[in-house]
Amino acid sequence: MRGLVLALMLAVALPVAGPVLAVQPDEMLADPALEARARALSKGLRCLVCRTENIDDSDAQLARDLRLLVRERLVAGDTDEEAVAFLVDRYGEYVLLNPPATGANILLWIAGPAMLLAGAGIAFVTFRRRGTAAADGLNAEEAARVAEIMKE
Amino acid sequence: MIVELGHFALILALAVAMIQSIVPLVGAERRNAAWMAVGDPAAVAQFLLIGFSFAALTYAFVVSDFSLSLVVGNSHTLKPMLYKISGVWGNHEGSLLLWVLILALFGACAVWFGQNLPPQLKARVLAVQGMIGVAFLLFMLLTSNPFLRLEIPPLDGQDLNPLLQDPGLAFHPPFLYLGYVGLSMSFSFAVAALIEGRVDAAWGRWVRPWTLAAWVFLTIGIALGSWWAYYELGWGGFWFWDPVENASFMPWLLAAALLHSAIVVEKRESLKAWTILLAILAFGFSLIGTFIVRSGVITSVHAFANDPDRGVFILLILGVFMGGALTLFAARAGSMEAKGVFGTVSRESALVANNILLAVSAFVVFFGTIWPLVAELVFDRKLSVGEPFFNAAFSPFVVALAMILPFGAMMPWKRGDVGRALRPLWPVALLSISLGALVWAMQTGRSALGPVGVILGIWVVGGALVDLWTRTGRGALSGRFARLARLPRADWGKAVSHGGLGVTIFAVSAMLAWKTEDIRVVPVGGSYALGAYEVTLVDVREVAGPNYQSTMAEMRVTRDGDEVVTLFPEKRIYPVAGMPTTEAAIDYGFLRDIYLVIGDPQENGGWAVRSYIEPFANWLWAGCLLMALGGLLSLTDRRYRVAAGARREPVAAGVPAE
Repeated sequence: MRGLVLALMLAVALPVAGPVLAVQPDEMLADPALEARARALSKGLRCLVCRTENIDDSDAQLARDLRLLVRERLVAGDTDEEAVAFLVDRYGEYVLLNPPATGANILLWIAGPAMLLAGAGIAFVTFRRRGTAAADGLNAEEAARVAEIMKE
Repeated sequence: MIVELGHFALILALAVAMIQSIVPLVGAERRNAAWMAVGDPAAVAQFLLIGFSFAALTYAFVVSDFSLSLVVGNSHTLKPMLYKISGVWGNHEGSLLLWVLILALFGACAVWFGQNLPPQLKARVLAVQGMIGVAFLLFMLLTSNPFLRLEIPPLDGQDLNPLLQDPGLAFHPPFLYLGYVGLSMSFSFAVAALIEGRVDAAWGRWVRPWTLAAWVFLTIGIALGSWWAYYELGWGGFWFWDPVENASFMPWLLAAALLHSAIVVEKRESLKAWTILLAILAFGFSLIGTFIVRSGVITSVHAFANDPDRGVFILLILGVFMGGALTLFAARAGSMEAKGVFGTVSRESALVANNILLAVSAFVVFFGTIWPLVAELVFDRKLSVGEPFFNAAFSPFVVALAMILPFGAMMPWKRGDVGRALRPLWPVALLSISLGALVWAMQTGRSALGPVGVILGIWVVGGALVDLWTRTGRGALSGRFARLARLPRADWGKAVSHGGLGVTIFAVSAMLAWKTEDIRVVPVGGSYALGAYEVTLVDVREVAGPNYQSTMAEMRVTRDGDEVVTLFPEKRIYPVAGMPTTEAAIDYGFLRDIYLVIGDPQENGGWAVRSYIEPFANWLWAGCLLMALGGLLSLTDRRYRVAAGARREPVAAGVPAE
């Protein structure tokens, strides 16, 4: 898989002459509904030879090819899911900018909420305990001192 | 000759930093005043030496000294002077020199502004600062020396990456570094406090201005970078959740948390251990950021260097400093008894909530950034984590923060009452929700993002105003206005910063939700509608720049027949670097930016043109500036100038906690 990506990077990155500026007018589909779907899908797909850029924004030739591919699939009657699945089949889940919550990725998705709950829990318990300890009031020494002051 | 002197000064600075990191520390341990006092001249000398070294490198760039390999790789005789100078830090070695220069500057500032610090604390702070200096000076001299000469100098240089030849990017790194490195001061104070074994209100008051300054610089640096991405990269985006952006965002979030928790230490002597931990982590994330950017381990648009040796070295620095500080923390944190107690509903607990949200959101960003690495190493899955994940995982934290902010800001210390805190906020809540509903009704069928942004923005900004106004007390309006002007700068700073956050939240959601985009082929002389505007491609011509060739379009924008503006978007080729760039033409407006990009010529004679209307784009930068301005206002509050040195008891009486 990694070999494939590397091969792609070498094959595609080298011949790029000028930038092909993101989505080109000649790529766009005549049907606005289909085009809108293609744009939405493109935002979630990674340009494999770029850094963390989606194919919708990317200037790379490969991104253009992928954009055309997505549109081809949609014109052929694929649903959004089928079009994405087609790309994942070819390029692996590396192409997805939004990692699906399956397998180990579940860790990634629940990490935030879990930390939040843990943090809130720890804070609550800590301060609750400290709060009640303080609410118990004065220790013997302090009580004696208060009594003394009251006498004066 | 000057270059050799600069090289020599850098090596000398390393020697001075070594003295600075050992002698004052030992002196503080032995209560030896003379040894402790070594820290002051050492820190100043280190700054002057690195300053000289930096000036020498700048000189080499200015006169285009092509016997230096760094100048050859990043400069060119035809390059404008501004970029010859900014080219000094537009590369790995030079940016590290800037890094250590700023580090030494902060050390020297601790000497200049820290006259009333207890000598032991100051000696320890300077020693820790010196250690960081040693690590990075060694890193530079061993793996990334900017002063390497070439045996046979070429006639001309290879030019700076054209994307970096831009005023926005000329000033982006220095500000960012001022922020990153400024957090080293909080770190040094934290470690010094751990060595000393005591954290009190005075410590909170000393560490806060440094954190505040670092945070202000980070805010400006991040905003500059985002602005640069907006106008330079040519598709109207402003934030991409790129690993390098995340690297600057994580310290920003933690510094924001640290600012708030240091308030609790200062005012209530609570949350001490947590504040120390945050100070350590905030600088830790700065180092992680440096590691991500400098090692190229997580490839991203910004990585200049891709050298494993350097990556390993920075990882080593990170390991030593974080490992050392956290070990010290584990050993000493228990001794930090909290003094102030507080109820479940109180300013303190609101600040705890703020800290949990900020820290966890920083953690989410961190986890998302390194997850591709973890997944590949541990689970053998090659995957990407990009914008959709971060938007989904991070946004809820922003929403939660914005929702609790106005309550928390108005909550009294120790014990509060939700009903009472809410009372002055009712009008703001009603206003924000009704305006949000109105926007929702007006924009039928679009995402909820816009209305939510409106609600949160008004809620936070209105909350900040109400907070400021209630501080003027009761009575006649004139008296309240008079008191408003006399409020402490810190109160103004708080309101302005919080308001800035509200403006930023609103602008981000408005830009994401209501952007208009148009992509088409336009023949020369043709026009098209863009929202309420009509755009005409008047002409396209070739123009020669100082070190580039430009294809420049002339595009007239009209509205109802009246000319609004004529814009000149460009496509440039920098022949030396062999790189093209797009220069979007932007008409900046109060409510919207018109953003035009010229693309490639088409076969049928027309030109590919991309046009955007970016609603409220300027509000985003204005919001960031307001946040920074609020920080500056707080920084000038007189309590930092007057009673800053007043510890509650003399230091000599302090008993170390071991």
